Amino acid sequence: MDLIKYATEQCSVANELPTFRPGDNVNVSYRIVEGDKERIQKYRGDVLQIKGHGLTKTFTVRKMSNGVGVERIFPFASPNIVSVDVLKRGKVRRAKLYYLRELVGKKAKIKERKFISKK
Amino acid sequence: MNGIIGKKIGMTSIFNEDGRNISCTIVEAAPNVVTQVKSEDTDGYSAIQLSHGEAKAKKGRTSKALQGHFDKAGTTPKRKSIEFRDCTLDKSLGDTVAISDIFEEGDIVRAIGKSKGKGFQGVVKRYNFRGVGDATHGQHNRLRAPGSIGAASYPAKVVKGMRMAGRMGGDRVTVKNLQVVRILEDKNLLLIKGAIPGHKGSIVVIEK
Repeated sequence: MDLIKYATEQCSVANELPTFRPGDNVNVSYRIVEGDKERIQKYRGDVLQIKGHGLTKTFTVRKMSNGVGVERIFPFASPNIVSVDVLKRGKVRRAKLYYLRELVGKKAKIKERKFISKK
Repeated sequence: MNGIIGKKIGMTSIFNEDGRNISCTIVEAAPNVVTQVKSEDTDGYSAIQLSHGEAKAKKGRTSKALQGHFDKAGTTPKRKSIEFRDCTLDKSLGDTVAISDIFEEGDIVRAIGKSKGKGFQGVVKRYNFRGVGDATHGQHNRLRAPGSIGAASYPAKVVKGMRMAGRMGGDRVTVKNLQVVRILEDKNLLLIKGAIPGHKGSIVVIEK
């Protein structure tokens, strides 16, 4: 087991991503290689879930695209993730926001988590 | 053919330069010792014999004949010795062969191992027969049956080689066209794309 761990660590580059939780609104910059051309695609949506651990840890981002719900799963360890920007912190009461899939419009809106400084 | 004897450690997955996640098998191949060199003149063919792993030290584990064989190469008794015919490595008796002597990242190799034993299995698992396919229409407890195994009074026997239920697994299996993804020399590890026959800890031969 130790050798597997060692080999995996040796072969992976740590991705430095900001911490975010399910319910947060993020903008993922993803590198896309087409032939010999390379471009960066931005994908903005709400984090639906974070699952797995180690190299297989992933997060799912859901967005509405022309009235159709789209979900993309990104591995945390993927070298193709250029950056993740956290745009809004969401106030949610669950770790997996599967209920959002059933909702559209205003009901699918996540309340923002407000930070009030203690005086 | 050049090769090295190693131990299957297990599997993991890594991201390659294209950002693709590829699954690989980790093989630990500590330097092998050359325990015999065969040549055209003395043996009728050329080959080198490599030995891998430490044999158990308990008395009587290594026969006197084998002990003498390993003494000749100036090494301790080993667990496994395998011959590689027409080896192009320039090594003599007692030398060690490391991963880097043979392999480079990106090489296409073949892996030889002993597959996991599956025990006594029926024809559906063993030979991918399809079974009867219907649970109803008069079928009763023969969902995974082989069906007919031949005609009746002529030939009045079951032809040889008829595929039937029996012991499965535990065979020598060669997998060709595997790629060396990464070499970690400090721990003598080879990462090979794809799966390799055998259980964890089993002996595998990687050939180029």
